Amino acid sequence: MAKKEYSFYPGCSSERKASAANYMVSVESMCKTLDIKLNEIPDWNCCGASIGYAEGGELPRHIMNARNIALSEQHNPKQDIVATCAACWLGTKETQERITHSGELLADVNSILKDAGLEYKGEPKVRHMVEVLIEDLGYDALKKPVKKPLEGIKIAGYVGCQTNRPFGVDGESFENPKYLDKLVETVGAEPVEKYDQKVTCCGGALAFSEPEKSQAQIKKIIESAYDYGAEMIVTPCPVCQMNVEVYQGQINKKYGTKFNIPVTYYSQLMAVAYGASAKEAGLDGNIVRATKLEEIAAKK
Amino acid sequence: MSKANQAMVQKYHNDFLKEVEANVEEGNWVKMCMQCGVCSGSCPLGAAWEHPPQEIFMMIRAGKRDEVLKSESMWMCTSCYNCIVRCPRELPITHIMHGLANYAHRLGIAPKQNPTRRFAQMFWKNIASTGRVNELKLSVGLYFMDGIASGIKKGLEMLPVGLGLMKTGRLNPMGLFSSHGIKGKSDLQKMLKKAREIEDKRKQLA
Repeated sequence: MAKKEYSFYPGCSSERKASAANYMVSVESMCKTLDIKLNEIPDWNCCGASIGYAEGGELPRHIMNARNIALSEQHNPKQDIVATCAACWLGTKETQERITHSGELLADVNSILKDAGLEYKGEPKVRHMVEVLIEDLGYDALKKPVKKPLEGIKIAGYVGCQTNRPFGVDGESFENPKYLDKLVETVGAEPVEKYDQKVTCCGGALAFSEPEKSQAQIKKIIESAYDYGAEMIVTPCPVCQMNVEVYQGQINKKYGTKFNIPVTYYSQLMAVAYGASAKEAGLDGNIVRATKLEEIAAKK
Repeated sequence: MSKANQAMVQKYHNDFLKEVEANVEEGNWVKMCMQCGVCSGSCPLGAAWEHPPQEIFMMIRAGKRDEVLKSESMWMCTSCYNCIVRCPRELPITHIMHGLANYAHRLGIAPKQNPTRRFAQMFWKNIASTGRVNELKLSVGLYFMDGIASGIKKGLEMLPVGLGLMKTGRLNPMGLFSSHGIKGKSDLQKMLKKAREIEDKRKQLA
């Protein structure tokens, strides 16, 4: 039996051939090493993401998340819900919090779900994967399986917004959360302690609709990483990863910069440190190749 | 002016605060604002807001209905939640801004051309039809929202990004034709329809 078991909400970006497909690959590898079993919520739907509010309003938006929670309670009873995507985690947790504080919302939600044979009780805890790692396993347990410490790599821990605010990770400050730096240390790499843009917003969904404004944000995030000597950026969020990685070319064109810095997921660092191949760590999914990680992964 | 908007103007006369409290998500918090300005100073896109959140709160109390609801300001919210965690009065500012944007949009008086409003509309249509995001359809839809010519131009600008994602297995080139989605999509559509009906009735938007 697996050491830990959770009801898993992967989210749209983690699907095959979606923008965070490689995140999912690395999470699978990481969880295998850590003996974590993820039971996918059957037929889960989108959380509504950060711009669902505009057309979705309140109740329809909460229905999206309540359906997932109800499915989880039905199929994976007594298991905490774990999301790897920051927005999925936030949206689901937000809905749960709202329903807990409103009897009217609870009644509305259940009157709607009932037509599909579902019932919302709202019992499971909704958690992000990094919470599971640091709270249920702990840094010591995460360090034990390290076979190939990522020695000599300087990494900027870009926490971003949605794993950090408004809920955040227990015991961390909103202005200077340390968990990502600690994870970097745990796998033997060197965190950039002074990285001053670690909680700056990348623009989120507005990278699509307001590209210039968002790219100005992304530029700050990358510039600060370079300023403090980082060779790589690591993040816990699929939107952060994508925004900070894929627009580097456009930013270079516009601002005359020469950005070319890999942006990885914490799970990719861990997978490589645990001995996974580049493919198992999803490194073939990085557009800006993380060559240092690839080299370590290729070592016997 | 939409019917719903006219009805609201008549119902609330000049009491815009009361209207916001009744109809906008978390609107009952607006009167708690003490005008310190931390929210405005903490917003990553602050400079792009014609009226930053602090100002919006005062304008609501001053009855500046049109100036608030027709503003592009709230559409600049990136959902970073910095304002929420820093507000000394703990106002759920992000949600109030989302609520105002949604309310203006539902009344049909939000700025028509605002790109985030249009993108958000496409996004919801995308997820509500199949239950999951189809990333290629969403991006292509966004590039072509101003017509074919500008769509091709934007598409070409974005081509290197798209190709990079495809090469690394992070974008499905067949996404435009795929019928992916959840098994319970018709159930979900029914649920969303019912949810919207209940909400519209309660907010008298129907």
